[in-house]
Amino acid sequence: MNYKHFLFICSLLFITSCNEANYLTRIEGDRLEINDSLKGIDSIDQFIEPFRNQVNKNLDSVISYAMDTYSKTDGVLNTAIGNFMADLVFEEGNPIYKSRTGNDIDLVLLNHGGIRSIISKGNITTRTAFEVMPFENSIVVVELKGVVVKELIDYLKRAKRAHPISKLQLKLDAEFEVLEATINGNAIEDHNIYHVATNDYLYGGGDRMDFFQKSDSLHVLDYKIRNAIIDHLHKYDTINPVIDDRFIIIEN
Amino acid sequence: MKRRNFIQQTAATTALVTFGGLGLQSFAPSTAKKITILHTNDVHSHIDPFGPNDGRNANKGGVARRAALVESIRQENPNTLLLDAGDIFQGTPYFNYYGGELEFKLMSMLKYDAATIGNHDFDNGIEGLYAQLPHAKFEFVSANYDFSNTIMDTHVKPYKIFIKDGIKIGVFGLGIELDGLVIKSMYKETKYLDPIEIATDMSRILKKEKKCDLVICLSHLGYHYRDFEEKASDLNLARATKDIDLIIGGHTHTFLPKPTIEKNSVGHNVLVNQVGCYGLYLGRIDFYFDSDKTKAAKGTSIIV
Repeated sequence: MNYKHFLFICSLLFITSCNEANYLTRIEGDRLEINDSLKGIDSIDQFIEPFRNQVNKNLDSVISYAMDTYSKTDGVLNTAIGNFMADLVFEEGNPIYKSRTGNDIDLVLLNHGGIRSIISKGNITTRTAFEVMPFENSIVVVELKGVVVKELIDYLKRAKRAHPISKLQLKLDAEFEVLEATINGNAIEDHNIYHVATNDYLYGGGDRMDFFQKSDSLHVLDYKIRNAIIDHLHKYDTINPVIDDRFIIIEN
Repeated sequence: MKRRNFIQQTAATTALVTFGGLGLQSFAPSTAKKITILHTNDVHSHIDPFGPNDGRNANKGGVARRAALVESIRQENPNTLLLDAGDIFQGTPYFNYYGGELEFKLMSMLKYDAATIGNHDFDNGIEGLYAQLPHAKFEFVSANYDFSNTIMDTHVKPYKIFIKDGIKIGVFGLGIELDGLVIKSMYKETKYLDPIEIATDMSRILKKEKKCDLVICLSHLGYHYRDFEEKASDLNLARATKDIDLIIGGHTHTFLPKPTIEKNSVGHNVLVNQVGCYGLYLGRIDFYFDSDKTKAAKGTSIIV
């Protein structure tokens, strides 16, 4: 074999090797459960520990006191915990809205499903606020014409649920027809503009509250519902919300 | 990463020259290789294990345990990739207090290789995601989010190619339509492009142009939508494309007991997998390669 032949073979091998294919022959799939049979890596746990301690310290700090246990299942069309939520959205949100727009919030509408936990009698911690409101939803105010507010009321009477409301008074008869619907004691006028506070999830069509999309303008307060709850609880050392007559059925 | 690839390639060439002198016989024994793909999705800031009193997931999950499992698998097979299909953020107070810093730092400690972006990763706005990037030592891949008019521009690649034991693995990312899921002021000028069209291009580029041995799609589209059959999903993606070997999904929190085997547009098998959420499971797919064509001629066996 002369030198040229050797080179030729070498380059042949080189080309073959470069293109040496990898053929897929077999695939195996498995799902591995992460459970307490696995011993965690200590260095990872030690890394997490100071973060965990800081979060827990903050979450477990007592910020208020509940006079009773409040659940969204206690009440028919309005509940103490729902009233608490809707009222605090007004109380904490209105000063911000007013300072930005010069207008007051006329009514608040949240959703019954959005209350994710009870508030237990006794100390309330920051963790309670995370349990009641684990989602990141924020307060928005939408301007609705009276005629659209009537759609909102129509939604409430059809839903027959204790969706939390504030500043709106709604009386239904036994057939769930509207007997009286007032805002600040006044009847709703079709052409008036009403400033309705809700959260961004509902504004976006959550719980099929499609009427919010008929708003002329949207005001984003950049204020999370949970933060409003926490701010509110810091203000009051005791809470004692009640079921009232804001949304009721008048039996014949 | 690039540097390491280069070294590996150089080493391969050197070995080859040596072989060259030994003659044809050196090529007779076939070489078998194994690539292990590990994956998570929708971990949603679940760093600590669920407590013993949790109603559904008692004593499950936990990053430190996942780290131990990943490490033992890497020791068994160093040719392993660890991937995440998005929604890293949101779900425990760790996210509310630290904005995702801890999630990214821990994923870096576990040596994640790549992740794609889920809708909840925008929960602190695109700026919130951007602010945490310095804590991530892994890359983000997304081929159908166009970030060019946002702060994330140049920080997300459509795909990344890994070389493990001479096997070329192309990983590209796909994200879900943000409109309706995320408020516009959060995702800003992020443009959502048709995932099926993009995946068609990506898989062609990776398989044909870049000559990848394996093409993996990290998807946050969701497994399948029973009530919206037409909606882009992992199953639709698998059926409508070719050249994808594995789709690792997320978003729908689908607990697949084993990967789904779907036929692609040319009748070849595609694996679709998803491991629910909250770091309760780790998905594992092993790919076995052989240089002996006769072994492959019988077809690829899939054991799930």
